[in-house]
Amino acid sequence: MLTLENTRIDLGDFQLAANFGIPKDARIAVLGPSGAGKSTLLAAIAGFQPMAQGQVLWQGDAMPPTPAARPISMVFQDNNLFPHLTVTQNVGLGLRPDLKLSPDEKTRVEQALARVGLTGMGDRKPAQLSGGQIARVALARVLLRDRPLLLLDEPFGALGPALKAEMLALVAELLDETGATLLMVSHDPQDAREICDQVVLVAEGTAQAPVATGEIFANPPVVLREYLGG
Amino acid sequence: MARRFVEINRTTTLGTLALGVVVCLTLGTLLVVALRAELGAAPDSGATLGLIPRDWAAIRFTLWQAALSALFSVLLAIPVARALARRRFKGRGVLITLLGVPFILPVIVAIFGLISVFGRKGLVSQGLMALGFEPISIYGYHGVILAHVFFNLPLATRLILQGWLSIPAERFRLAASLGMGSRDIARTLERPMLREVIPGAFLVIFLICLSSFAVALALGGGPRATTVELAIYEAFRFDFDLGRAAKLALVQFAMGAAAATIALRVAIPQDTGTGLDRAVTRWDSTPMQRGLDVISISFAALFLVLPLSMILMNGVPGLASLPGDVWWAALRSISVALGSAALTLALALPIAAYAVRRGSRLIEGVGYLTIAASPLVIGTGLFIVIFPFMRPSDLALPVTALVNAAMSLPFALRIIAPAMAQVERNYGPLADGLGLVGVTRLRLIWLPRLRRQIGFSLGLAAALSMGDLGVIAMFANPEIATLPLQLYRLMSAYRMADAAAAAVLLLGLSLLLFWIFDRGGRADADT
Repeated sequence: MLTLENTRIDLGDFQLAANFGIPKDARIAVLGPSGAGKSTLLAAIAGFQPMAQGQVLWQGDAMPPTPAARPISMVFQDNNLFPHLTVTQNVGLGLRPDLKLSPDEKTRVEQALARVGLTGMGDRKPAQLSGGQIARVALARVLLRDRPLLLLDEPFGALGPALKAEMLALVAELLDETGATLLMVSHDPQDAREICDQVVLVAEGTAQAPVATGEIFANPPVVLREYLGG
Repeated sequence: MARRFVEINRTTTLGTLALGVVVCLTLGTLLVVALRAELGAAPDSGATLGLIPRDWAAIRFTLWQAALSALFSVLLAIPVARALARRRFKGRGVLITLLGVPFILPVIVAIFGLISVFGRKGLVSQGLMALGFEPISIYGYHGVILAHVFFNLPLATRLILQGWLSIPAERFRLAASLGMGSRDIARTLERPMLREVIPGAFLVIFLICLSSFAVALALGGGPRATTVELAIYEAFRFDFDLGRAAKLALVQFAMGAAAATIALRVAIPQDTGTGLDRAVTRWDSTPMQRGLDVISISFAALFLVLPLSMILMNGVPGLASLPGDVWWAALRSISVALGSAALTLALALPIAAYAVRRGSRLIEGVGYLTIAASPLVIGTGLFIVIFPFMRPSDLALPVTALVNAAMSLPFALRIIAPAMAQVERNYGPLADGLGLVGVTRLRLIWLPRLRRQIGFSLGLAAALSMGDLGVIAMFANPEIATLPLQLYRLMSAYRMADAAAAAVLLLGLSLLLFWIFDRGGRADADT
């Protein structure tokens, strides 16, 4: 269980408050108008954004201050791969940050690449990959990191609709296999419908407690209705 | 901006350590010098503020020559930059690259080239004598200023050219469509740009010429052409008057600090070195303008190329027969240059990392302290510290490497810090999320991502150190010389054939070192 306990983020004249819990295994879509603070919320959970008040708990304990020590894998909007490292190295970082991989660990990297459909691509550099392949590499690393919380900050925003649907399906499969909890920022309500069972609405300085996806779209609050545009 | 929690300790420790070295070298040596000046204050007859008339003459000359050098460099650079901005011609790119060479050209080599053009037996004098005129002399204040213009005209040209090319091409199109002539364009577009760029360019060059030592040593001297830096050296070397050297060192630092403080308030143009490879299309060209541009460009090219070619012509034949001590000096210089380059990086990387982590301009600013400091002042301070314990000449080479590194540090920081900030902006969160800290972050992210900048910085630092003739002149004994010092000794002994060959060797080695490092940074830098 992830708990945001009376948290408040202060960024000059922008404030974001959150006070709710997210059950284990939940798949949450974080929706809301742009600039509302969706990415800021994820950054706070991941440990990149200091909070003015409150704390983030995991299974009832406060999260450690260092981002890498938190039980979290995060995929950003962009810059998910180091351009000077090969695909194998980029994925290998998920096992060992110093990249001193044992033969056994190398095999695991290969298996992870195979799992996301990138068999034989290990020696390539990110510049030689398509947008979809880059996303797959990032997901292969998530697989090896094997953390119970997966935060996705709109990582598929730049992909076309078909490719995005494919990636979302892959994410759903990986979640089934690992049993991780998902928080995914998105602009597109369709994403939420596809793989998320609950929605956190971020608007007007507050991240609201999660509501079941079907329920919130059947009976959308005013801000969501305005955001959806009709 | 995301605040990072990881690795604060290591970054802070190493950064503070590097800053400590910089502060010790600049302010620390200054303090030592000040204490010494106080102790050594003997009531001199005819002294004002503890300085004898000879010292006041040196101060006056230093300020005067720096102002004139900056003025001439900037004034002459305006037509050259204008011509380069509006003309496309074969060799334009080569000429612009050539304009960058004086920066890493060893001062003593350039002086040798200038002597072979403007000296008593140089090209110009020979031409004059053939026409029945008196030969000219390069020794004296005019020689000092000439050499400074040789070094700084190219810099001024690049800075002003950047200003010209920063005027959007659309403005010139607009001007053309409105039917503006050259004078209208000058009034509405060019003069406002020059008003912004020129004060900064002037100040930069003034600051550079303020701490001129090697030029004054080789071409100046005497009551009418001694800079404060040279006076420090002479007080030290010939009179062994540490107290007076210390007082002069304080004066030098005060002048440098004052100029640097003014420079902080003026927008200083930066030689970014990029985007100079295009010319602006103009519609106001007249035959007269074209003639003027041809003259300007030819003048600049000749002024640059002639001394360099003279060095090569005179020196290459003698390379094979160079005496052994010159080769030994070359070897010493290479090791000093490599050591200095490594030290520069060892200072620049931690300071840049610390500054980027803390988002602090102040930390970066401390790294720039050595701009105001002068090598001879630092040298004086180190000499005073070392002297009671051991013979300073035993440490001549390490001290030279260290002082050179301190002088290269501002350039390295300017190059590395912004690039590192960019890398951290792009990949910092990812690296933090994956737990890439300490040496791992250095090895896997900074070194590969900053390869170009590190290579360029190492190249600059190595070349600058290779050609440096400053502290080494102060510390060296007759047996230990670096190549620039050896070259100076050959010139002083009028062994001109050997000097020419040594100059070629030094020129070649400096450019080679720069090229190897810079190249190494660019090679298969696939992003």
